[in-house]
Amino acid sequence: MSWLEKFFGSPQPKSASLAKERLTLVIAHQRADEDSTPDFLPALQRELVAVISKYVKVNPDDIRVQLEKRDNYEVLEVNIVMPEPSAR
Amino acid sequence: MTRVIVVTSGKGGVGKTTSSASFASGLALRGFKTAVIDFDVGLRNLDLIMGCERRVVYDFVNVISGDANLHQALIKDRHCENLFVLPASQTRDKDALTEEGVEKVLNDLKHMGFDYVICDSPAGIEHGAIMALTFADEAIVVTNPEVSSIRDSDRILGILQSKSRRARDGQEPVKEHLLITRYSAKRVDEGEMLSYKDVQELLRVPLIGVIPESESVLQASNSGTPVIHTKDEDAADAYQDVVARFLGEERELRFVNFEKPGLFKRLFGG
Repeated sequence: MSWLEKFFGSPQPKSASLAKERLTLVIAHQRADEDSTPDFLPALQRELVAVISKYVKVNPDDIRVQLEKRDNYEVLEVNIVMPEPSAR
Repeated sequence: MTRVIVVTSGKGGVGKTTSSASFASGLALRGFKTAVIDFDVGLRNLDLIMGCERRVVYDFVNVISGDANLHQALIKDRHCENLFVLPASQTRDKDALTEEGVEKVLNDLKHMGFDYVICDSPAGIEHGAIMALTFADEAIVVTNPEVSSIRDSDRILGILQSKSRRARDGQEPVKEHLLITRYSAKRVDEGEMLSYKDVQELLRVPLIGVIPESESVLQASNSGTPVIHTKDEDAADAYQDVVARFLGEERELRFVNFEKPGLFKRLFGG
């Protein structure tokens, strides 16, 4: 650092503002991920398969559980593909 | 009523144990009967920071497994009358901390009349960290003004809001506090470090204090005396402020403004 810079202060690269910009994005993503996939979904799917299997013969793959976000409410969609009548 | 407070961060090396030791000591100095528990099973360190490593006979896991009772395992602090340390075990068995076991120890501490129980969390988001935060009433999230620490703090906040007992039972949520450590007002002034306002804006948690970067923290850990006991030290005073704010007192933030050296100092160095 020359004496001139020492006296007048050198133009510093503002790395802190870059850090803030990057973090704002990362944290927004992180929070969206946390909100969109509650960790009970896999367990819910397993239990649904178990209950339905008591009455109807279904494959685990035939049951789909999805949580969808609309404006200010969430829709829990459970899609069950029933077996062909002949297969019952 | 006993309050359980977890000191957590996600990232390692940001000052959880240093902060746990000083915060617990500060509460005890104010006359509150306080216990501080090391949850870092396998990597015990709180005993060193508190300076009681040579007096460890029984540990947290011994108490959980019934090999010792709490009275045998709790180590009375050298510096404060009302402070007790429960050291972590050095076992490599990760599942030694069971949820039922932890709950029982916390309940026993309640029955022994403790005002505050401080849970010093291990780094990461694995079992030990989850156990440390499960029964918390309040959380102190320790963060360095640095990108990876801030992101990890945000992660741990999300986990507090989903995995804590209060969240699971739908009770009043865990009260969160942000504690910024290793802060350099000079580097913030130079635009090289995120300011405490930036960190708070990113994490959106009420600020309980800012601890300045300080050589005295290493000196304190060298000697096994929590830094809050150091006289006339900024970091010690900052921890005293944290304790005061926690207890509801108004304290203005200190050590966050950098005073530019004057013309004389700039010309002739300093």
